[in-house]
Amino acid sequence: MVQIKSLVTTRWGNGRWRLRNPDRVIAVLLVLPSLVVIAVFVYGFIGFTAFASLTRWDNLVPDFSFVGLENYVRLFNTQRFQIDLRNTVTFTSLFLATSLALGFLLAVLLDRRIRVEGIFRSLYLFPLALSFIVTGVVWRWLLNPGSAELGSTGVNLLLDTVGLGFLKTGWYTDPRIGIKAVVIAAVWQMSGYVMAMYLAGLRGIPEELREAALVDGASEFQVYRHIVIPLLHPITLGALIILGHISLKIFDLVVAMTGPGPGFSSDVPALFMFDTTFRGNNFAQGAGIAVILLVMVAALIVPYLVYSLRTEVQR
Amino acid sequence: MALRPFPWPRVVVYAVLVAFALFYLLPIYVLLVTGMKSFQEVNLYRMWDPPVRFSLESFVKAWFGSESQGFRGISGNFWNSVRLTVPATLVSAALGSLNGYVLSKWRFRGADGLFTLLLFGMFIPYQSILIPLVQVLSRVGLYGTITGLIFVHVVYGIPITTLIFRNYYATVPGELVEAAKIDGAGILGIYRHVVFPISMPAFAVVMIWQFTSIWNDFLFGVIVTPRPAVQPVMVALNNLAGSYIVEWNVQMAGALLAALPTMLVYVILGRYFMRGLLAGSLKG
Repeated sequence: MVQIKSLVTTRWGNGRWRLRNPDRVIAVLLVLPSLVVIAVFVYGFIGFTAFASLTRWDNLVPDFSFVGLENYVRLFNTQRFQIDLRNTVTFTSLFLATSLALGFLLAVLLDRRIRVEGIFRSLYLFPLALSFIVTGVVWRWLLNPGSAELGSTGVNLLLDTVGLGFLKTGWYTDPRIGIKAVVIAAVWQMSGYVMAMYLAGLRGIPEELREAALVDGASEFQVYRHIVIPLLHPITLGALIILGHISLKIFDLVVAMTGPGPGFSSDVPALFMFDTTFRGNNFAQGAGIAVILLVMVAALIVPYLVYSLRTEVQR
Repeated sequence: MALRPFPWPRVVVYAVLVAFALFYLLPIYVLLVTGMKSFQEVNLYRMWDPPVRFSLESFVKAWFGSESQGFRGISGNFWNSVRLTVPATLVSAALGSLNGYVLSKWRFRGADGLFTLLLFGMFIPYQSILIPLVQVLSRVGLYGTITGLIFVHVVYGIPITTLIFRNYYATVPGELVEAAKIDGAGILGIYRHVVFPISMPAFAVVMIWQFTSIWNDFLFGVIVTPRPAVQPVMVALNNLAGSYIVEWNVQMAGALLAALPTMLVYVILGRYFMRGLLAGSLKG
């Protein structure tokens, strides 16, 4: 008891106990509620979900009898889940590659002393203010292919009008395209973000650096290849992390735009988890999907967080 | 040197920029013109045509619903979202500010490690906490209520709000705090008289960020509030758009109405919006 007391108090000559440094105690007390809440609602809940994934809880009445990895074995043998994992890989790689390329291109173009730069920038960033649900609703109609009998609609109609009718496809109604159609909407919404990050990065590179290289006879392309892009690596990494974790857990956009699609061609794990758990009441199976989702995101995020903390401490 | 700064023809640069501007604008254009067409004029096969006669019928129907067709409008849900987003934004900004202050100016042992653990909460797929969340909320009587949703958004907003404030306070010189300490001010006094008054830019960034993400949230809304009358606007919009009896122009009008608050915030406070986005990438 005295030991605990002496951590925060000290005895003055007059024999009265007094807080050694009340501010240090208050500091801890101020953040304590948040820390406790996060400990319970993030870490405790994740622990519970992981535990639930090892039980037989497959209806509304909790059944915590332990079944080991049975749910995971069944999951990986489920066709829908196999398709979901493939879709996640397709979606994430296409979404990241397109958004980064487009964002970088727009940032480089905007960095060339463009007259109405502010207007372009605001337009490119605008979709970010919207909800994935709004984006999904709009793009569902834009990529609605129409029909052979009644005619094309949406983007197909536009392609017809400008004479590019040969590019028409069934978009998300075609199982061969499926999730790739969702990539278009996701890129529309998020590429402005990458543009903003790269533009901020480009503005941080001293003008003299580029000019010196140009004076030395380097071509514009070489300057980007050997000076600008390497200097932007931290931003590329940041963008990959941010878009990557959004992409792995994508849910709202798919729900609003396509749903699981024909033959689960646009289905994703987050949607499968939602269906399994909250519509099918198979809580153990849903928990298993959630844990796999978490592991995928953690594999991306944890190294980055540790790396960020280390470099910060070094600063 | 200044003789050849732009080897690419300016025309090409502008042409590409304009082409992409059109790409970003097209959906907004369709959203607007479809909402403004009258019911006689609405035709899926003419969706790119501008409206001949301006009409607000679609907006009225999306807002109030239709008794004869048997679907609810989104007006009630819109106000649910207001009642949910405003308090949740204020509380999480206040929490984030206090946390950020302590974690940057009153670091105790292990504070950085705890901060990293806190940050992880920002990235987790919420699927991994939904099952116990529903159990706990039902146990304490918050399941299915707006209060429950406010609580959830405040809890899961702690990491990002703390991060933004901590990054902001890191730019406040330590001498400012030290000087106030020498003057005899305590931790709370320094916050009130020194730190809080200069926190407005960070509050703006955090509140815009939280307002936008809470308003735009779908997952927590659909899980925590199953009753249509209690649901926030994005869940209602998804219901509206998923219904086969609702005309597509009404869906578009609903989407525009639901998006209006965050669009306005973006147009009016775009500068802070942008800063919040960049702050979300950890390094600020």
